[in-house]
Amino acid sequence: MRPTKFEYFDPHTVDEALNLLEGYGDEAKVLAGGLSLVSLIKLRLTTPKYIVDITKIPNLSYVIENSDGGLTIGALTSHYTLETSSLVKSRCPLLSEVASGLGDTQVRNRGTMGGNLCHADPACEYLPVVLALNAELKAVSSKGERTIKAADFFLDLLTTSLKPAELLTEVKVPPMLPNTGEAYLKLTRRSGDFPIVAVAVVMTLDRGNVCKAISVGLGSVAPTPIRAEETEKALLGKTVNDKLIDEASDLASQRIKPSPDIHASAEYRTEMTKVMTRRALKEAFIRAGGEK
Amino acid sequence: METMITLTVNGVTYKATVEPRMLLVDLIRDELELTGTHIGCVTGKCGACTILLNGVSVKSCLIFAVQANGADIVTIEGIADGGKLHPIQEAFKENHALQCGYCTPGMVISVYQLLKRNPDPTDEEIKKGISGNLCRCTGYINIIKATKNAAKRMRGG
Repeated sequence: MRPTKFEYFDPHTVDEALNLLEGYGDEAKVLAGGLSLVSLIKLRLTTPKYIVDITKIPNLSYVIENSDGGLTIGALTSHYTLETSSLVKSRCPLLSEVASGLGDTQVRNRGTMGGNLCHADPACEYLPVVLALNAELKAVSSKGERTIKAADFFLDLLTTSLKPAELLTEVKVPPMLPNTGEAYLKLTRRSGDFPIVAVAVVMTLDRGNVCKAISVGLGSVAPTPIRAEETEKALLGKTVNDKLIDEASDLASQRIKPSPDIHASAEYRTEMTKVMTRRALKEAFIRAGGEK
Repeated sequence: METMITLTVNGVTYKATVEPRMLLVDLIRDELELTGTHIGCVTGKCGACTILLNGVSVKSCLIFAVQANGADIVTIEGIADGGKLHPIQEAFKENHALQCGYCTPGMVISVYQLLKRNPDPTDEEIKKGISGNLCRCTGYINIIKATKNAAKRMRGG
């Protein structure tokens, strides 16, 4: 199918884009890499009157190291850039891992981190990751800017807390603490598919394998990405070993609301949530320097 | 509302008047009459419409033509050097890496992108590199062989 009619704008500055969004409100859609939006328009799942193409705005694609060792990432940074940036590899390996397995080469060349987040399909792969990383998202509008915690960004299926006149410009990732292990695992039937279940883990260990900090983000198993809070509680402050990981993983499915689709039933997603959480926890534990 | 755009395709500068909703692949095929770029699924899955946009491989069915204003594009027609086939094309020909040929233009562009970034890829890296392109004849084994052979030719070996 071919797209429906719309009016097209390609602003060259953030301010120009914000003026357009302010003027057209929810009749306008922001276009970044286009991988999600163009498909939605072809399928008539959305029929925007106005399209604001932000890809012509310079300086929205960057990765900067913050003074605290965390990262600031421009919203138009491509998956390919995140996959290959040595800064991302050393400061936030989780992000480069996710980016390198996302879609295919053409998707990684064109797709952007900001677009992936704003599309807010629960199967979008950065969603559980920014949750697990406790990332912060910067939204700007003609009235000013605000910082939104990843945990407050995803409201529902394809719905974020961005207002129609707001633009996501930046993602801030906190620094990785010492003795931290990160892991991202996803279950897909074919390379490039959306995950049936995705799990992102950030685990920090203290002496004697004691779990000092833990976050577990789940994707594709509820209308929004969610934290596996029961799993986190079961691990926090405890001495981590295989048995504890097994017990904690079994709790990962408590808050999920999986929908059945052509790829997997709800039951299968529920079981696989536990399995993938267990594997991701074990991987993160080893990477954090945990000793068996 | 139609917009006038200017773009360079295979070194030739074109001017075109496009409706914003026109897909880049439709501009390339229907207006510029460069029909080497194919349309398979029009949903961004099959990779038949893969082109190089400002030096990187993209699926041209997921981009509006109007977005390519000012862009530098290479399609399959721009890969050979006049009458002389590109080493990738030579390698595809000699390794029987095409059966029906429908996916081949996109496949060649994806291999071009891969070898530009990785001149000596492993089988696994090749599989990952062409995972955005579907060959429904399932002739992947020979495509992988051809890619290895093309890499060797391009390294001068």
